[in-house]
Amino acid sequence: MKREKGYTKKNFLKGIINENPLFVSILGTCPALATTKTLEAAIGMGILFTVVLICSSALVSLLRKVISEEIRTPAYIVIIATFVTIVKMFTNAFLPDLYSTLGVFISLIVVNCIVLGRAEAYASKNNVFDSFIDALGMGVGYTLALLSMAFFREFLGTGAFAFGNIFTFIPLVKVQIIPKEYVMSIFQNPAGAFIVFGLILAVLAFIKNRKEEYKAYLARQEKIRKAEEAKKAALATAANKEEGGNK
Amino acid sequence: MNIFVAFVLAIISSMLMDNVVLSRFYGICPFLGVSRKVNSSLGMGVAVVFVIMLATLICWPFYTYILVPAGIPFMDTVAYILVIASLVQLTGLFIKKYSPSLYKSLGIYLPLITTNCAVLGVAQGNTDQGLSFLDSIANGLGTSIGFLLIIVTFSCIRTRLETANTPKAFKGLPIALITAAIMAIALVGLQGLFSGIKL
Repeated sequence: MKREKGYTKKNFLKGIINENPLFVSILGTCPALATTKTLEAAIGMGILFTVVLICSSALVSLLRKVISEEIRTPAYIVIIATFVTIVKMFTNAFLPDLYSTLGVFISLIVVNCIVLGRAEAYASKNNVFDSFIDALGMGVGYTLALLSMAFFREFLGTGAFAFGNIFTFIPLVKVQIIPKEYVMSIFQNPAGAFIVFGLILAVLAFIKNRKEEYKAYLARQEKIRKAEEAKKAALATAANKEEGGNK
Repeated sequence: MNIFVAFVLAIISSMLMDNVVLSRFYGICPFLGVSRKVNSSLGMGVAVVFVIMLATLICWPFYTYILVPAGIPFMDTVAYILVIASLVQLTGLFIKKYSPSLYKSLGIYLPLITTNCAVLGVAQGNTDQGLSFLDSIANGLGTSIGFLLIIVTFSCIRTRLETANTPKAFKGLPIALITAAIMAIALVGLQGLFSGIKL
Protein backbone atom coordinates (compact mmCIF):
# COMPACT_ATOMS: atom_id res chain seq x y z
CA MET A 1 0.00 0.00 0.00
CA LYS A 2 1.37 3.40 -0.94
CA ARG A 3 1.51 5.94 1.85
CA GLU A 4 0.97 9.57 1.16
CA LYS A 5 3.41 12.01 2.69
CA GLY A 6 2.60 13.37 6.15
CA TYR A 7 0.01 10.65 6.75
CA THR A 8 1.23 9.96 10.28
CA LYS A 9 0.90 13.61 11.28
CA LYS A 10 -2.57 13.86 9.75
CA ASN A 11 -3.56 10.60 11.42
CA PHE A 12 -2.49 11.96 14.79
CA LEU A 13 -4.11 15.38 14.39
CA LYS A 14 -7.48 14.15 13.15
CA GLY A 15 -8.30 12.75 16.59
CA ILE A 16 -7.64 16.11 18.19
CA ILE A 17 -9.49 18.46 15.86
CA ASN A 18 -11.55 17.18 12.93
CA GLU A 19 -12.73 13.93 14.48
CA ASN A 20 -12.57 14.84 18.16
CA PRO A 21 -14.32 11.90 19.84
CA LEU A 22 -16.20 13.99 22.37
CA PHE A 23 -17.10 17.24 20.64
CA VAL A 24 -17.51 16.06 17.05
CA SER A 25 -18.56 12.41 17.26
CA ILE A 26 -20.33 12.85 20.67
CA LEU A 27 -18.92 9.55 21.97
CA GLY A 28 -17.84 8.72 25.50
CA THR A 29 -20.16 11.26 27.05
CA CYS A 30 -20.66 9.47 30.38
CA PRO A 31 -17.15 9.97 31.81
CA ALA A 32 -17.05 13.41 30.20
CA LEU A 33 -19.90 14.52 32.42
CA ALA A 34 -19.05 12.48 35.50
CA THR A 35 -15.31 12.98 35.90
CA THR A 36 -14.87 16.65 34.99
CA LYS A 37 -15.56 18.20 38.37
CA THR A 38 -11.92 19.17 38.74
CA LEU A 39 -9.00 19.48 36.33
CA GLU A 40 -7.07 16.82 38.23
CA ALA A 41 -9.81 14.20 37.92
CA ALA A 42 -10.12 15.01 34.22
CA ILE A 43 -6.37 14.59 33.69
CA GLY A 44 -6.47 11.27 35.55
CA MET A 45 -9.40 9.99 33.55
CA GLY A 46 -7.81 11.17 30.29
CA ILE A 47 -4.54 9.40 31.02
CA LEU A 48 -6.18 6.12 32.07
CA PHE A 49 -8.44 6.25 29.03
CA THR A 50 -5.53 6.94 26.67
CA VAL A 51 -3.50 4.06 28.11
CA VAL A 52 -6.40 1.61 27.65
CA LEU A 53 -7.12 2.91 24.15
CA ILE A 54 -3.50 2.65 23.00
CA CYS A 55 -2.93 -0.83 24.46
CA SER A 56 -6.18 -2.30 23.15
CA SER A 57 -5.79 -0.70 19.72
CA ALA A 58 -2.27 -2.05 19.39
CA LEU A 59 -3.27 -5.56 20.48
CA VAL A 60 -6.36 -5.63 18.26
CA SER A 61 -4.24 -4.51 15.33
CA LEU A 62 -1.62 -7.15 16.15
CA LEU A 63 -4.26 -9.89 16.26
CA ARG A 64 -6.34 -8.62 13.34
CA LYS A 65 -5.42 -11.61 11.14
CA VAL A 66 -6.03 -14.14 13.94
CA ILE A 67 -9.46 -13.02 15.15
CA SER A 68 -12.15 -14.27 12.81
CA GLU A 69 -14.92 -12.06 11.53
CA GLU A 70 -17.79 -13.69 13.47
CA ILE A 71 -16.40 -13.43 16.97
CA ARG A 72 -14.60 -10.12 16.65
CA THR A 73 -16.84 -7.98 18.89
CA PRO A 74 -16.69 -10.34 21.93
CA ALA A 75 -12.94 -10.76 21.36
CA TYR A 76 -12.41 -6.98 21.32
CA ILE A 77 -14.51 -6.56 24.45
CA VAL A 78 -12.44 -9.16 26.30
CA ILE A 79 -9.19 -7.48 25.19
CA ILE A 80 -10.45 -4.08 26.33
CA ALA A 81 -11.80 -5.44 29.63
CA THR A 82 -8.45 -7.08 30.35
CA PHE A 83 -6.55 -3.83 29.90
CA VAL A 84 -9.13 -1.96 31.97
CA THR A 85 -8.64 -4.47 34.78
CA ILE A 86 -4.86 -4.05 34.62
CA VAL A 87 -5.16 -0.25 34.65
CA LYS A 88 -7.66 -0.44 37.51
CA MET A 89 -5.34 -2.53 39.63
CA PHE A 90 -2.38 -0.23 38.93
CA THR A 91 -4.43 2.83 39.88
CA ASN A 92 -5.66 1.17 43.03
CA ALA A 93 -2.10 0.33 44.03
CA PHE A 94 -0.28 3.54 43.15
CA LEU A 95 -2.90 6.32 43.09
CA PRO A 96 -5.60 5.28 45.58
CA ASP A 97 -7.01 8.82 45.68
CA LEU A 98 -7.56 8.83 41.93
CA TYR A 99 -9.09 5.37 42.22
CA SER A 100 -11.63 6.49 44.81
CA THR A 101 -12.41 9.72 42.94
CA LEU A 102 -13.15 8.06 39.60
CA GLY A 103 -14.78 5.05 41.25
CA VAL A 104 -16.82 2.88 38.95
CA PHE A 105 -15.96 5.02 35.93
CA ILE A 106 -12.59 3.27 35.59
CA SER A 107 -14.46 0.01 35.02
CA LEU A 108 -16.83 1.78 32.68
CA ILE A 109 -13.99 2.49 30.21
CA VAL A 110 -14.88 -1.03 28.98
CA VAL A 111 -18.19 0.17 27.59
CA ASN A 112 -16.84 3.49 26.35
CA CYS A 113 -17.91 3.55 22.71
CA ILE A 114 -14.68 5.24 21.60
CA VAL A 115 -12.45 2.29 22.50
CA LEU A 116 -14.64 -0.31 20.81
CA GLY A 117 -15.28 2.11 17.94
CA ARG A 118 -11.57 2.63 17.22
CA ALA A 119 -10.92 -1.12 17.48
CA GLU A 120 -13.72 -1.84 15.05
CA ALA A 121 -13.24 1.06 12.64
CA TYR A 122 -9.48 1.51 12.56
CA ALA A 123 -7.29 -0.97 14.43
CA SER A 124 -8.87 -4.04 12.84
CA LYS A 125 -7.94 -2.77 9.38
CA ASN A 126 -4.57 -1.09 9.84
CA ASN A 127 -1.05 -1.98 10.96
CA VAL A 128 0.22 -1.64 14.52
CA PHE A 129 2.06 1.65 14.08
CA ASP A 130 -0.85 3.43 12.41
CA SER A 131 -3.27 2.10 15.02
CA PHE A 132 -0.95 3.29 17.76
CA ILE A 133 -0.79 6.81 16.30
CA ASP A 134 -4.56 6.84 15.74
CA ALA A 135 -5.22 5.74 19.34
CA LEU A 136 -2.73 8.31 20.67
CA GLY A 137 -4.42 11.10 18.72
CA MET A 138 -7.88 10.04 19.84
CA GLY A 139 -6.72 9.72 23.46
CA VAL A 140 -5.07 13.14 23.47
CA GLY A 141 -8.10 14.67 21.78
CA TYR A 142 -10.42 13.15 24.35
CA THR A 143 -8.19 14.28 27.22
CA LEU A 144 -8.11 17.85 25.88
CA ALA A 145 -11.90 17.82 25.53
CA LEU A 146 -12.26 16.61 29.14
CA LEU A 147 -9.84 19.30 30.29
CA SER A 148 -11.75 22.06 28.53
CA MET A 149 -14.95 20.97 30.29
CA ALA A 150 -13.24 20.60 33.67
CA PHE A 151 -11.64 24.05 33.26
CA PHE A 152 -15.02 25.80 33.10
CA ARG A 153 -16.61 23.61 35.76
CA GLU A 154 -13.83 24.03 38.29
CA PHE A 155 -13.30 27.72 37.55
CA LEU A 156 -16.98 28.72 37.76
CA GLY A 157 -17.97 26.18 40.40
CA THR A 158 -15.22 26.70 42.97
CA GLY A 159 -13.53 29.86 41.74
CA ALA A 160 -10.16 28.20 42.24
CA PHE A 161 -7.74 25.77 40.66
CA ALA A 162 -6.47 23.17 43.10
CA PHE A 163 -3.74 20.62 42.43
CA GLY A 164 -2.37 17.97 44.74
CA ASN A 165 -5.66 16.63 46.11
CA ILE A 166 -5.71 13.57 43.87
CA PHE A 167 -2.12 13.35 42.64
CA THR A 168 -0.75 13.37 46.18
CA PHE A 169 2.88 13.14 45.03
CA ILE A 170 2.85 16.84 44.05
CA PRO A 171 2.55 19.52 46.75
CA LEU A 172 -0.91 20.98 47.39
CA VAL A 173 -1.42 24.18 45.38
CA LYS A 174 -4.63 26.18 45.42
CA VAL A 175 -5.15 29.43 43.55
CA GLN A 176 -8.37 31.22 44.46
CA ILE A 177 -9.34 33.52 41.56
CA ILE A 178 -13.00 34.31 42.22
CA PRO A 179 -13.80 35.12 45.88
CA LYS A 180 -15.69 32.30 47.57
CA GLU A 181 -18.88 34.36 48.01
CA TYR A 182 -19.32 34.77 44.26
CA VAL A 183 -18.86 31.22 42.94
CA MET A 184 -21.72 29.38 41.21
CA SER A 185 -21.70 26.00 42.86
CA ILE A 186 -24.23 24.66 40.34
CA PHE A 187 -21.30 24.02 37.98
CA GLN A 188 -20.00 21.43 40.42
CA ASN A 189 -23.41 19.70 40.37
CA PRO A 190 -24.63 17.29 37.67
CA ALA A 191 -26.79 20.03 36.16
CA GLY A 192 -23.70 22.20 35.61
CA ALA A 193 -22.04 19.40 33.65
CA PHE A 194 -24.96 19.29 31.22
CA ILE A 195 -24.98 23.08 30.90
CA VAL A 196 -21.24 23.32 30.19
CA PHE A 197 -21.36 20.48 27.66
CA GLY A 198 -24.40 22.01 25.93
CA LEU A 199 -22.84 25.47 25.77
CA ILE A 200 -19.53 24.16 24.40
CA LEU A 201 -21.40 22.24 21.67
CA ALA A 202 -23.45 25.36 20.91
CA VAL A 203 -20.32 27.51 20.56
CA LEU A 204 -18.75 24.92 18.25
CA ALA A 205 -21.95 24.79 16.18
CA PHE A 206 -21.98 28.59 16.04
CA ILE A 207 -18.40 28.70 14.74
CA LYS A 208 -19.20 26.00 12.17
CA ASN A 209 -22.33 27.85 11.03
CA ARG A 210 -20.37 31.09 10.72
CA LYS A 211 -17.70 29.37 8.62
CA GLU A 212 -20.34 27.90 6.34
CA GLU A 213 -22.14 31.22 6.03
CA TYR A 214 -18.88 32.93 5.15
CA LYS A 215 -18.15 30.29 2.53
CA ALA A 216 -21.64 30.71 1.09
CA TYR A 217 -21.16 34.49 1.12
CA LEU A 218 -17.87 34.18 -0.77
CA ALA A 219 -19.49 31.85 -3.30
CA ARG A 220 -22.36 34.31 -3.78
CA GLN A 221 -19.94 37.23 -4.31
CA GLU A 222 -18.03 35.17 -6.84
CA LYS A 223 -21.28 34.38 -8.69
CA ILE A 224 -22.33 38.05 -8.76
CA ARG A 225 -18.90 39.08 -10.02
CA LYS A 226 -19.01 36.46 -12.77
CA ALA A 227 -22.55 37.48 -13.76
CA GLU A 228 -21.48 41.10 -13.98
CA GLU A 229 -18.47 40.20 -16.07
CA ALA A 230 -20.65 38.17 -18.39
CA LYS A 231 -23.08 41.08 -18.65
CA LYS A 232 -20.25 43.48 -19.46
CA ALA A 233 -18.90 41.13 -22.07
CA ALA A 234 -22.35 40.74 -23.58
CA LEU A 235 -22.80 44.51 -23.66
CA ALA A 236 -19.41 44.96 -25.24
CA THR A 237 -20.17 42.44 -27.98
CA ALA A 238 -23.56 44.03 -28.51
CA ALA A 239 -21.91 47.44 -28.82
CA ASN A 240 -19.38 46.02 -31.26
CA LYS A 241 -22.17 44.54 -33.34
CA GLU A 242 -24.01 47.84 -33.38
CA GLU A 243 -20.87 49.61 -34.47
CA GLY A 244 -20.44 47.03 -37.19
CA GLY A 245 -24.07 47.51 -38.26
CA ASN A 246 -23.64 51.30 -38.44
CA LYS A 247 -20.68 50.93 -40.67
CA MET B 1 -36.62 -2.31 60.59
CA ASN B 2 -39.33 -3.14 58.15
CA ILE B 3 -37.58 -4.84 55.24
CA PHE B 4 -40.36 -4.15 52.79
CA VAL B 5 -40.40 -0.40 53.50
CA ALA B 6 -36.62 -0.27 53.21
CA PHE B 7 -36.83 -2.12 49.89
CA VAL B 8 -39.39 0.31 48.46
CA LEU B 9 -37.47 3.34 49.74
CA ALA B 10 -34.25 2.02 48.19
CA ILE B 11 -36.04 1.64 44.84
CA ILE B 12 -37.50 5.14 44.93
CA SER B 13 -34.28 6.77 46.04
CA SER B 14 -32.21 5.15 43.31
CA MET B 15 -34.98 5.97 40.83
CA LEU B 16 -35.47 9.66 41.54
CA MET B 17 -32.97 11.24 43.92
CA ASP B 18 -30.01 9.37 42.59
CA ASN B 19 -31.26 9.06 39.03
CA VAL B 20 -28.99 7.04 36.72
CA VAL B 21 -28.88 9.50 33.89
CA LEU B 22 -29.18 12.88 35.52
CA SER B 23 -27.06 12.51 38.61
CA ARG B 24 -24.95 9.37 38.18
CA PHE B 25 -24.31 9.92 34.45
CA TYR B 26 -24.78 6.33 33.32
CA GLY B 27 -26.18 5.68 29.88
CA ILE B 28 -25.85 9.18 28.45
CA CYS B 29 -25.20 7.77 24.94
CA PRO B 30 -28.63 6.11 24.49
CA PHE B 31 -30.18 8.98 26.46
CA LEU B 32 -29.03 11.43 23.79
CA GLY B 33 -29.04 9.07 20.83
CA VAL B 34 -32.35 7.20 21.06
CA SER B 35 -34.58 9.94 22.45
CA ARG B 36 -35.77 11.61 19.25
CA LYS B 37 -39.03 9.65 19.14
CA VAL B 38 -41.22 8.60 22.06
CA ASN B 39 -41.81 5.10 20.69
CA SER B 40 -38.16 4.25 20.21
CA SER B 41 -37.21 5.63 23.61
CA LEU B 42 -39.95 3.51 25.20
CA GLY B 43 -38.57 0.42 23.44
CA MET B 44 -35.03 1.20 24.54
CA GLY B 45 -36.15 1.85 28.12
CA VAL B 46 -38.08 -1.41 28.41
CA ALA B 47 -35.20 -3.40 26.93
CA VAL B 48 -32.79 -1.77 29.41
CA VAL B 49 -35.07 -2.59 32.38
CA PHE B 50 -35.15 -6.21 31.24
CA VAL B 51 -31.39 -6.57 30.75
CA ILE B 52 -30.43 -4.70 33.93
CA MET B 53 -32.70 -6.93 36.02
CA LEU B 54 -31.30 -10.10 34.47
CA ALA B 55 -27.74 -8.82 34.81
CA THR B 56 -28.29 -8.00 38.48
CA LEU B 57 -29.83 -11.39 39.15
CA ILE B 58 -26.90 -13.19 37.51
CA CYS B 59 -23.85 -11.03 38.28
CA TRP B 60 -24.27 -10.78 42.05
CA PRO B 61 -24.45 -14.55 42.72
CA PHE B 62 -21.73 -15.07 40.09
CA TYR B 63 -19.39 -12.74 41.98
CA THR B 64 -20.28 -13.97 45.47
CA TYR B 65 -20.40 -17.71 44.85
CA ILE B 66 -17.92 -18.23 42.02
CA LEU B 67 -15.37 -15.41 41.72
CA VAL B 68 -14.76 -14.84 45.44
CA PRO B 69 -14.39 -18.55 46.43
CA ALA B 70 -12.15 -19.06 43.40
CA GLY B 71 -9.91 -16.22 44.63
CA ILE B 72 -10.22 -14.09 41.51
CA PRO B 73 -12.51 -11.20 42.51
CA PHE B 74 -10.39 -8.84 40.37
CA MET B 75 -11.74 -10.52 37.25
CA ASP B 76 -15.17 -9.00 37.94
CA THR B 77 -15.20 -6.47 35.09
CA VAL B 78 -14.23 -9.06 32.48
CA ALA B 79 -16.78 -11.54 33.82
CA TYR B 80 -19.59 -8.99 33.98
CA ILE B 81 -19.11 -7.69 30.47
CA LEU B 82 -19.12 -11.25 29.13
CA VAL B 83 -22.28 -12.05 31.09
CA ILE B 84 -23.95 -8.89 29.82
CA ALA B 85 -22.92 -9.41 26.19
CA SER B 86 -24.16 -12.99 26.15
CA LEU B 87 -27.30 -11.99 28.06
CA VAL B 88 -28.12 -9.41 25.41
CA GLN B 89 -27.60 -12.02 22.68
CA LEU B 90 -29.77 -14.55 24.50
CA THR B 91 -32.49 -12.01 25.18
CA GLY B 92 -32.52 -11.19 21.49
CA LEU B 93 -32.86 -14.84 20.49
CA PHE B 94 -35.50 -15.48 23.14
CA ILE B 95 -37.66 -12.53 22.16
CA LYS B 96 -37.24 -13.38 18.48
CA LYS B 97 -38.57 -16.89 19.10
CA TYR B 98 -41.51 -16.09 21.34
CA SER B 99 -42.64 -12.63 20.31
CA PRO B 100 -41.56 -11.62 16.80
CA SER B 101 -43.56 -8.40 16.99
CA LEU B 102 -41.76 -7.31 20.15
CA TYR B 103 -38.47 -8.30 18.53
CA LYS B 104 -39.25 -6.08 15.58
CA SER B 105 -39.70 -3.07 17.81
CA LEU B 106 -36.87 -3.85 20.26
CA GLY B 107 -34.48 -5.65 17.92
CA ILE B 108 -32.37 -2.74 16.81
CA TYR B 109 -31.81 -1.51 20.37
CA LEU B 110 -30.65 -4.80 21.79
CA PRO B 111 -27.05 -4.66 20.51
CA LEU B 112 -26.80 -1.09 21.79
CA ILE B 113 -27.49 -2.22 25.35
CA THR B 114 -24.15 -4.04 25.60
CA THR B 115 -22.38 -0.68 25.47
CA ASN B 116 -24.86 1.03 27.77
CA CYS B 117 -22.87 1.92 30.86
CA ALA B 118 -25.95 1.68 33.05
CA VAL B 119 -25.93 -2.12 32.86
CA LEU B 120 -22.26 -2.60 33.69
CA GLY B 121 -22.41 0.32 36.12
CA VAL B 122 -25.18 -1.27 38.16
CA ALA B 123 -23.57 -4.72 38.19
CA GLN B 124 -20.18 -3.29 39.14
CA GLY B 125 -21.62 -0.84 41.68
CA ASN B 126 -23.57 -3.57 43.47
CA THR B 127 -20.47 -5.61 44.23
CA ASP B 128 -18.07 -2.67 44.66
CA GLN B 129 -20.25 -1.19 47.38
CA GLY B 130 -20.80 -4.61 48.96
CA LEU B 131 -24.59 -4.48 48.77
CA SER B 132 -26.67 -7.47 49.87
CA PHE B 133 -28.62 -9.43 47.26
CA LEU B 134 -31.90 -7.74 48.16
CA ASP B 135 -30.32 -4.28 48.05
CA SER B 136 -28.79 -5.15 44.68
CA ILE B 137 -32.21 -6.04 43.31
CA ALA B 138 -33.66 -2.81 44.68
CA ASN B 139 -30.77 -0.88 43.13
CA GLY B 140 -31.24 -2.62 39.76
CA LEU B 141 -34.99 -2.09 39.77
CA GLY B 142 -34.77 1.55 40.82
CA THR B 143 -31.97 2.36 38.40
CA SER B 144 -33.62 0.74 35.41
CA ILE B 145 -37.08 2.21 36.07
CA GLY B 146 -35.42 5.58 36.62
CA PHE B 147 -33.75 5.22 33.22
CA LEU B 148 -37.08 4.33 31.57
CA LEU B 149 -38.83 7.26 33.25
CA ILE B 150 -36.21 9.83 32.31
CA ILE B 151 -35.65 8.70 28.72
CA VAL B 152 -39.40 8.71 27.97
CA THR B 153 -39.93 12.12 29.61
CA PHE B 154 -36.92 13.51 27.79
CA SER B 155 -38.10 12.21 24.41
CA CYS B 156 -41.51 13.84 24.97
CA ILE B 157 -39.75 17.16 25.55
CA ARG B 158 -37.48 16.65 22.57
CA THR B 159 -40.34 16.12 20.13
CA ARG B 160 -41.65 19.51 21.27
CA LEU B 161 -38.19 21.07 20.97
CA GLU B 162 -37.93 20.08 17.35
CA THR B 163 -40.68 22.46 16.33
CA ALA B 164 -39.66 25.14 18.84
CA ASN B 165 -37.95 28.27 17.63
CA THR B 166 -34.44 27.80 19.04
CA PRO B 167 -31.36 29.80 18.02
CA LYS B 168 -29.60 28.13 15.10
CA ALA B 169 -26.45 27.26 17.05
CA PHE B 170 -28.50 25.51 19.76
CA LYS B 171 -30.50 23.31 17.36
CA GLY B 172 -30.28 19.59 18.07
CA LEU B 173 -27.97 18.42 20.84
CA PRO B 174 -27.01 21.66 22.64
CA ILE B 175 -30.59 22.60 23.52
CA ALA B 176 -31.28 18.97 24.49
CA LEU B 177 -28.36 19.10 26.93
CA ILE B 178 -29.59 22.36 28.44
CA THR B 179 -33.02 20.73 28.84
CA ALA B 180 -31.39 17.79 30.58
CA ALA B 181 -29.67 20.24 32.93
CA ILE B 182 -33.00 21.78 33.89
CA MET B 183 -34.43 18.28 34.49
CA ALA B 184 -31.42 17.52 36.71
CA ILE B 185 -32.08 20.69 38.72
CA ALA B 186 -35.71 19.60 39.15
CA LEU B 187 -34.59 16.23 40.54
CA VAL B 188 -32.20 17.91 42.98
CA GLY B 189 -35.32 19.39 44.55
CA LEU B 190 -36.34 15.89 45.66
CA GLN B 191 -33.18 15.41 47.71
CA GLY B 192 -33.85 15.00 51.40
CA LEU B 193 -37.33 13.59 50.75
CA PHE B 194 -36.71 10.66 53.08
CA SER B 195 -34.53 12.43 55.63
CA GLY B 196 -37.39 12.48 58.15
CA ILE B 197 -38.13 8.77 57.88
CA LYS B 198 -36.47 6.62 60.50
CA LEU B 199 -35.78 3.06 59.52
